Order: sequence, then structure tokens, then C-alpha cells
Amino acid sequence: MNSSKYKYDSGLGSKKSLIIFLSPALLAILIFFFIPVISAFIMSFTDFSIYALADWNYIQFIGLDNYFRLFDDPLFWIALKNTFYFVITAGPLSIIASLTAAILLSSKLTAFKSFFRLSFFLPVVTTLVAVAIVWRFIYHPNFGLLNYFLSYFGISPIDWLGDPVWAMPAIILMAIWKSFGYNMIIFIAGLQNIPEQLYEAAEIEGANSWHKFHHITLPLLAPTTLFVGIITLIGFFQLFAEPYIMTQGGPLNSTLSIVQYMYQEGFRWWNMGYSAAIAFVLFTIIFTGSIIQLKMKKND
Amino acid sequence: MISLKPKPILLNLLLIIITVITLTPFLWMVSASFMLDGHASTYPPRFLPDEFTITQYSKLFTKLNITTNMLNSFILSISVTLISLLFNSMAAYAFLKFRFKGKEKLFTILLSSMIIPSQVTMLPLFLMLKEMGVINTYFAIIIPGLANIFGIFLIRQYAQSIPDSLFEAAKIDGATDFQIYTKIFVPIIKPILVTLALFTFMGTWNDFLWPLITLTDESMYTLPVAMSNLMSEHSKDPELMMAGSVLTILPIIIVFLAMQKQYIKGLMMGSVKE
Repeated sequence: MNSSKYKYDSGLGSKKSLIIFLSPALLAILIFFFIPVISAFIMSFTDFSIYALADWNYIQFIGLDNYFRLFDDPLFWIALKNTFYFVITAGPLSIIASLTAAILLSSKLTAFKSFFRLSFFLPVVTTLVAVAIVWRFIYHPNFGLLNYFLSYFGISPIDWLGDPVWAMPAIILMAIWKSFGYNMIIFIAGLQNIPEQLYEAAEIEGANSWHKFHHITLPLLAPTTLFVGIITLIGFFQLFAEPYIMTQGGPLNSTLSIVQYMYQEGFRWWNMGYSAAIAFVLFTIIFTGSIIQLKMKKND
Repeated sequence: MISLKPKPILLNLLLIIITVITLTPFLWMVSASFMLDGHASTYPPRFLPDEFTITQYSKLFTKLNITTNMLNSFILSISVTLISLLFNSMAAYAFLKFRFKGKEKLFTILLSSMIIPSQVTMLPLFLMLKEMGVINTYFAIIIPGLANIFGIFLIRQYAQSIPDSLFEAAKIDGATDFQIYTKIFVPIIKPILVTLALFTFMGTWNDFLWPLITLTDESMYTLPVAMSNLMSEHSKDPELMMAGSVLTILPIIIVFLAMQKQYIKGLMMGSVKE
């Protein structure tokens, strides 16, 4: 940062006002964010349980035991597998949907742009719990709109949320519907930054739509795609409300997510040490995933 | 802009199909909320009520006490928004217009910690608030929302373009730091404050996991928690649940439709400029 830009002298009064301006936010973030993060890390090496909740003298350090226990916990592996299934499927599909919508909306041929943009974006702002409830009825095996619609194509009713095979795809579909509008807006902003002349020049050289997309749009959109990829990854790994409302993690744990498992262990059974270890595994995964994406883009 | 080759009709048709997919759940939600008991559980499904009724809404307000939950949601979303706007803007002002040791480093640490998912903090935070005796009170939601890194970042980003000369002139005229903050800084950053207020209001209104953990009495529930609770007892009453969903979503949609320009602008700002 160019310090000569800050000519404002921090005289005697300024130091006091600096503290007044900065400390409320900083203290709040320190006490209610950073200290809990560190405490959670420490907690993950203890056997903090319902007994410790009553009397903190019961807390014992148990080293890496919680993490070893996770390794042998079949339910944790199921939650991990389900969450990866969700992120790896819903993530790319949602980004493809966002990019497609953004390109369609950026075309000169599109009419009623603001109407379309608005309706694509509407699911993003609405309350997740409420729309999950709506979708739960849309997925109803007998009376739901989706099965009714599919019946026109001769597809017999599917028990979307009651069948272990279909429950996760149903949640994925709903999550894409809910989220694609967000990334779409970011892609639209990215597309606006691509100079029109590039496309004109390519047209003169006889490039078709696919060539232009492949050689101009995609490469120039790479920073946007990276950003979108990382925030989608971070958001999707925190999957919770959709399965909590629509399936409660079932059937047969087929939609149990990491966050839901963490919630159950920590706040239903009060195995808080164990739950903290789950939270840190989640953090490690999100962190690694973001780093991998950054590295991949740098190597391009 | 891209000029895709396919004919305009095809392109617009595709957009109409996507619109139908995105809007149908909302339209059905509204329509079913005005149906009589059982009318949304038929095959083939009804798309419109045979007989328009508000019995579901009156049931929510009279028997199920949803007014309390609505009030909780409003009080909490508004308080968190106002308090965090004040704290965030003050911190952003300090980060922009004051010199102090380690400023850039501190800001980088704050920014990079945004990658830490909030779930990591939840267990110790719960214990802290329990020790403070504020679990199942409004403070359980307000305290963790006092300030946030994203808010400070967004305001700082926006205010970076304000020329220093503006502040220097005021300083020379003998204005105190506090006067500069209220008379110059806040008026200039008003647009981004509106955007941030939208984000915070909607974020608090829509939040689910944290209120689910910390609000334990039905009378303290916010709308999403109340809806989730209602769902377990009324899973066979789509008409009632749809009315509840309408009430949960409606304030958000009204706020969004009224201020979508600021919302979208802020969203683009928070992302594109890194």
C-alpha cells in the first residue's frame, strides 16, 4: 500500500479515535469468531461431552483420539461420501447452469432481459427452509408436481425423497435450482468485461459460435470461473438445511451430510469434542479444495 | 456481449423454459396456500384453488401463533443489520483513513479467515453464550452478528475511491474524527450501506442452523425454525405449510424487489474486484 497516500496525520487525538472506531468490530470478531475457532481446535482434542457441560472438570485431553475415532466411524464415512457426492455433482452442474443462463442473458437477441434475470435470481434470495418445504411437496410420490409432469413422458412415479437412490439427486436438483442465479450474476459481470472487438475479430476470421466460446469466452472468463468455483465449493460443503428439512438425512442415511452429522453429535448428543473434530475435518476439506483450485488455475 | 448463432426464437424459448422451472415452485406455493385442507394432496394435482380461502393463514395466526415468530424474525434481522452496519462502517473508516502499524497485515488476516466455515465456531460460541446466560434470548443471535469481516471488506472496497483531499479539508477546518465520520464518510458510503443492509437483513432472516441451535423455546423461534418445527407435525398438510412458506418468503421478496438494483450491484462488487 502506498503510504504517501495517507497524509492524514495521526496526531494525539487520532490515536484515541482510532481505538474508538476500530475496537468495537475488531473485539467482536476476535471474541466471537477467532477465539471460538481456536477453542474449537483445542476442543477437538478433548472428550468434551454432556458431563463436561455440567462440570468443566470432566474435560480430559485425549490427543488425536477423536480423529482416530472418526476414521473408524462408518456413519462419518457415509456423511463424507454423501457430501462429496453432493458437491461433485451439484457444484459443476450448478456452474454450468449459471454460465449457460449468463450467456443466454448476455446475448443481444434476448428480449425482456431484466425480467428473466429477476426470475432466475429469485430462488437465491428466498429462505432456504421455506423453499425446501415447497420442494418436499413437489417431490411427493403421489401428489407431487414433478411426478405429475414426468407422467406425461410415461415415467412411472418415483419416490424421490423416500428412495435411497433418488433422495440425493432430488436434493441436488433443488440445490441447483436454488443457487444457479447467484453465480449467473457473477458470470454476467465477467462477460461484460470481455471486449466486444475480440468477438468481431474472430468473426472476421470465420470463427463459429463454439470456437468463440472455447477460445475467447472461456479463457477470459477463467478468473471469474475460479472465484465462482471456490465460493460454490465452500457453500456446497456446508449442506445442511435441504436434507434436514426434506429427508432428515434419510432414507438409510443416504442424504446425511457432514454438517448435519456435526450438528447431531454436538447439539443433540452433546459429544462436543467429537463434533469439533468433525467441524475441523470439514474446514480442512474446504481449505484443501480451495487451494487445489487456486493451484490448478495457476498451472494453466 | 456474445452473439450466439441460434435464432432468437430458440434462445428466448430456452429462457422461457428456465423461467417456468424457476417460478413454478413459487406459483404453486402461493396457489396451494389458498386451498382448502386436502386440496393440494390430490392426483392429478390442482394448479388453482377450486375455492379461494384464507383459512390456512388464519390458522397460522390464531392457532399456531406465527405472529410471535414473525416478530422475532423482524426484530432480530433489523437489530443485527443496524448494529453491524455501525460497527462495520466504523472499522472500515479506521482501516481506510488511519495509519497504524500492521494495518495491511491485519486486514489480510481478516480477509483470509473468511474461508473458515461458521460451523467451526458454533460449539465454543454456544458454550460462551451459555455461560453468559443468553441462550434462548435475542442476544444469542445478535452477539455473533455484531460485526463481520465481509461487511468491513465491502465498505472499504467501496470507499477506497473517495479522495483523501475531502477528509483533509475537513480536518484543516477543525473537524474531529467523529465529525468526519458522520458528516463526510457515512453520507458518501450510503449506497454501499444500503446494499450491505440488504445482505445482512436477508442473511439474518434466512439463517437457520444457528437459530435452530440457540433458540430453544417455540416463542423465541424465528420463522425458518418455526417452519421447520411445524413441518414435523404437519407433513401431511401442504396447504398450511405453503401458507407458512409464503409468510416466510414474502418480506424477503418485497425487500428484494424494491431494492434489487442495489442488491445485484453489491453482489457484483463483492466478487469481481477480488
